[in-house]
Parts: sequence; C-alpha cells; structure tokens
Amino acid sequence: MSEAPLAPGTAVPEFTLKREDGSDFTRADLIGHTTLFVFYPFAFSPVCTDQLGLYEEVLGDYLAKREVTMYGVSCDASWSQTAFREKLGVSIPQLSDFEPKGEVCRAFGVYHPGGFPQRALVIIGPDAVVGWSYQAPTPRELPGANLIFDGLDALAART
Amino acid sequence: MNELTSAPLPDLSLDDHLRGPSDAPVAVLYSDFECPYCGALAAKLRGVRLRVAFRHFPVRTSHPRAWAAACAAEAAGRQERFWEMHDLLFSDQGRLEDPHLWERARALDLDLERFDADRRGAEVQARVRRDFEAGVRGGIVTTPTLIAAGARYAGRIDAQVLEGLNAAAR
Repeated sequence: MSEAPLAPGTAVPEFTLKREDGSDFTRADLIGHTTLFVFYPFAFSPVCTDQLGLYEEVLGDYLAKREVTMYGVSCDASWSQTAFREKLGVSIPQLSDFEPKGEVCRAFGVYHPGGFPQRALVIIGPDAVVGWSYQAPTPRELPGANLIFDGLDALAART
Repeated sequence: MNELTSAPLPDLSLDDHLRGPSDAPVAVLYSDFECPYCGALAAKLRGVRLRVAFRHFPVRTSHPRAWAAACAAEAAGRQERFWEMHDLLFSDQGRLEDPHLWERARALDLDLERFDADRRGAEVQARVRRDFEAGVRGGIVTTPTLIAAGARYAGRIDAQVLEGLNAAAR
C-alpha cells in the first residue's frame, strides 16, 4: 500500500488514462513535454474557486513561458470531468482513472484508502521521470499554485 | 515578475485596508467581490470583534467581474471611500458591470472622472495584482480565506468558527 507520491527521480511506469474524448493517454504522451498532473478527489467539490480555477488563472499570465502542460486527474468518468471543467470555466484538460478504478493513481502512489485520489501534484520531465511531487496532508487542503512554481524550480535544478 | 514560488504572506502594512476596533485581534482576509461566500462572510464579520485587513484575491477564471470590482474599491479608496465601496459592492454582487460601478461611485459622491481614471490606471491595477500575487505565493487557493489566531479558514466559513473567534477576542 503506497502512501506517498512517486519520488523525484522515479521513472513513470506504463499506464493508461482516458482523455475527455475517450482516447488513451499513456506514458508515451509524456515524452518530450514537461507535464503536471493535478490529482483531485472528486469533481464538483463545494468551494467557490476550485484549485483548478486558480491554476488556470496563473497558467495564463505566469506559466505559459514555462511550457508545462497541465492535466487534472481523478477517478470520475470522463463525462463528469468534462461537465466539471465546463462548470469551472477552465481549459485544463482532464484525464480519467475510472476503469480500472484508481489503477493509475495507485501506480503514482496517490490513491487515498477511502477510494479516491489524494490531492497531489506530480511534475514529470520530458524523459518521463518524476521531477517533483507533493501530496496535501489531507484531501481537505487545497495545494496552492505557489507549489507548482516551487516544483518547476526543483525540476530545473535537477536538469 | 512572473515567479510565484512560495513566500510567507506579507505582514500588515500601512497599505492594508483595516476595519474594526483598534484593540481587537487582527485577521487578514483574502476576498473576491464576486464570490458569494465572500459576500456571506462580509455580512457575518460585521458582528465579530475582529480588526480585519482586506486583501484582494480576484480569480477572473471563476469570476469575470472580480478584478474590475477590486479596482473600483481601490479607486474609491483613493478618495477615502474604500470600505463604503466595499459594502456597496457586496450589497449587490450580481451588478458589477461598469454602469453599476459608476452608479455606486455616484452614490458615494466620488469625483467620477478621477474614479474612472484611477480604477483603470496602472497604480490601482498594480495594487490589486500585488495582493493577488502575494496571496498565491502564500498558498491562498480559494476565497474567502480568513487568517485569524494563527489558523486559516477557507471557503464556506461556518458560524461556529466565527463564534469561536468572537469569544476568543473578548
């Protein structure tokens, strides 16, 4: 039973997530890009500005120059994720770990014993090796956008 | 500046907008005029014995008029009417388009030309951006976020929490 996200320096294993249009997203899609996976427990949580809303906000003004591709990842079905994304008014694409439920979250070390993803951030380098990761102490705590910048700095320092 | 790495939230400064008894404990609030939970909290805070420092955290992705409303409040502040504009903005969160902002400025007897120039001007924009960036760097993610007695309370802040802060402040 894993209980921390994959550590920096760990090679990302083979995995398959579903994009919103139903196509596969696999390890091969990480190659050549700096990718941030934003794991979150459930779509439609009861806060006004969701962490995804804030990340979208800083994505436009502050992150574009960093060339990081951000994805939201949960165990919701793609339909729910799309509805959630549209409700939030964000463009951050969603990847679904619906079937088998939580398999990819487990592989990344971010599956909460309660049956949903932890709130975690994982930055993966262009060689599909984890560059930085973070998990909130409890699912109720929303990771700040500042952590993304900390993580990108950490990744840059490793390369 | 486009680095938003972690940094502690700024200490109170002369720049902050403060309201409440001068001998009450200070609470810092990151808030958005278009956020309904912020509106609810603003009303509740009137009945709590705290000295509140209001800082802007407009997230345009969620609230398209939040930035303009924040700038309107700052512009009113440059004519010594920050808190009055704050109260007027929260009193009707569904009406935050430019004509509604001008109406409020008129109701407060502001110099309208100056109000409009100020709210669109570089200084006010920079002030709002400073609050927002400092908030992001300090880990603020959602609104409202109230920092009081060393703890952070975010989102829908329930009556029990506020009663606790009130009791502790007496």
